[in-house]
Amino acid sequence: MRSHRTCVHVLLAIVLCLAWPAQSTAQKPPTIAAAANLNFVLKEVANAFAAARGTRVDLVFGASGTLTRQIRDGAPFELFLSADEDFPNQLNAAGLTRDAGAVYAIGRLVVFAPKGSPLTVDERLEGLARLVKAGGVSRFAIANPAVAPYGEAAEAVLRKRGVWDAIRPRLVLGDTIAQAAQFATTGNAVGGLIAYSLVVAPDFGDRGTYAVIPDADYPPLRQRMVLLKRASPTATQFYQYVLSDAARAMFRKYGYAVPQ
Amino acid sequence: MDWSALRVSLWLGTGTILVLLPLGIWFGRVLAYRHFRGKLLVEALVTIPLILPPTVLGFYLLVTFGARSPLGRAFQAVIGHPLPFSFEGLLFASAIANIPFVVQPIQRGFEAISPDVRDAAACCGLSPWQRFLRIELPLAWPSVLTAAILTFAHTLGEFGVVLMVGGNLPGETRTLSIAIYDRMQAFDDRSAGIMAATLLVVATITLMVTTILSRQVNSRRG
Repeated sequence: MRSHRTCVHVLLAIVLCLAWPAQSTAQKPPTIAAAANLNFVLKEVANAFAAARGTRVDLVFGASGTLTRQIRDGAPFELFLSADEDFPNQLNAAGLTRDAGAVYAIGRLVVFAPKGSPLTVDERLEGLARLVKAGGVSRFAIANPAVAPYGEAAEAVLRKRGVWDAIRPRLVLGDTIAQAAQFATTGNAVGGLIAYSLVVAPDFGDRGTYAVIPDADYPPLRQRMVLLKRASPTATQFYQYVLSDAARAMFRKYGYAVPQ
Repeated sequence: MDWSALRVSLWLGTGTILVLLPLGIWFGRVLAYRHFRGKLLVEALVTIPLILPPTVLGFYLLVTFGARSPLGRAFQAVIGHPLPFSFEGLLFASAIANIPFVVQPIQRGFEAISPDVRDAAACCGLSPWQRFLRIELPLAWPSVLTAAILTFAHTLGEFGVVLMVGGNLPGETRTLSIAIYDRMQAFDDRSAGIMAATLLVVATITLMVTTILSRQVNSRRG
C-alpha cells in the first residue's frame, strides 16, 4: 500500500507542476510559417525586428509544400515565406492570401561534403560524377523534390550534370532542406546538395567543405512570401521589415541574392 | 530546453488522462463483465490504435476536420478555428490514439476481481453504484493508475499524429517530441539532447512505476 501511495504523490506532483501560469493567449505573437532554408537568417531578422519594434513573432519552419498543405487545412499562420513562387501562388489562387505577395530573396544551392568524406566538391559536380562512377557513393542527401523547392533544384542540377540516374538509388531524401543538411553532415552520406544559407550560418559551424552551384544550373529559387487573410498588423509590419534594407543585408550575408 | 514545449506535453498528457479515464473505466468494466454479440469486433476496434500507423489517424483527422472539409468548416464556425493545428485538436487525436492504453489495463483489472467478491457484495445489499465505488474500483485501482500512467507516458512520446495535425505551433501544439525534431533541424544538438534525455528519464520512471503497480495486481490475484 505504501508504494501505491507514493505513486499517487508522484501523480499529484506532476499535476501541481502544471499549475505554472499558462501563457496568456490574448497577446500571442503572430505565427509565421517559413521554409526550412530560412532557419538561421530569419531568426536574425526576427530578433532585429523585435529589437526595432518591440514586438515578437513566432517562427515555424518546415518544407514549403508541407506548410502550404497545412495552411490549406486551416493552420493559423499569418505570413508564409516560401522557398519558391509556386506554393504562394497556389495559396493566392485559392483565395487564402491578402495579395500576390513579394519575392524577398533568391536562394542558392551548394554541394557539401562533411569532413572525412571521399567526395571532393566542385561547382560542376565533377568530383561527384567520378565518385558515382567508381561506386564510392554510399548515400547522397537532397531535400524531397515533392515538397521542398530546394529538392527540385537539386534534382535539376543532378540531371543537368548527367548523374541523376546513377545516383538515384543512393539518394536520401530529407523532408526539408534542413533535414537534408542534417543527413549530409551526420550519418553515412558522402555529402549532399543543400542550401547555401545553412552552411554559412554560425550555428552550422565548420563541418566540411562546399562549393556554390552556378545559378544557371537550376531554375532560380525565387522565394516569395504572402500575407494570409488573417494577418495581424504585427505580421504586416514584419512583412515590410523583411523587405527593408536592414533585412536585405542579412539575407545577403547568408548567401542569398535579393531582388532589386 | 524548450519550457513551453514541456508545458504543452504535460498539459496534453494530463488532458488526455482526464478525458479518457472516466470513459476507460466505464468501457473497461463493460468489456470485463458483459458478454454481448460483436464483443470480439469491439475489442479489436479498441486495440486498433495500437497497431495502426499514427499517419493513418493523422490523415483521417485532417481529411475529416481540416478547413477544406464540410465538418471542419462547421467546427470552425462553432469554435472559431479548425480542429487541427490547435491544442484541442491534439487532445482529440491523443485521446483516440490512447484508447487501448486506457481500456486494456482497466479491463484486466476488473476481470481480476473474483466473482465471489462481487457476489458477496451483491448479497450484502449494496446497490450497483455502491458495489462499484466501494468494492470494484478500489480493487481495480492499481490498473486504473497503470492506465493513467501509460497514457501519460505514451502521450509524451507521441510524434507522428502531432507532426501531422499539430503544425509545430509554439506554446500550442509544439510538444517536447516535436521540439526535439525541430531543434535537430536547426543544428541545435545541445537542446535536442537535453530534451531527449528528459523524455528518456520520464519514460524510465513511468515503466518502473507501472511495473510496481502490476506486481501489486498480480500478488493480489495470486
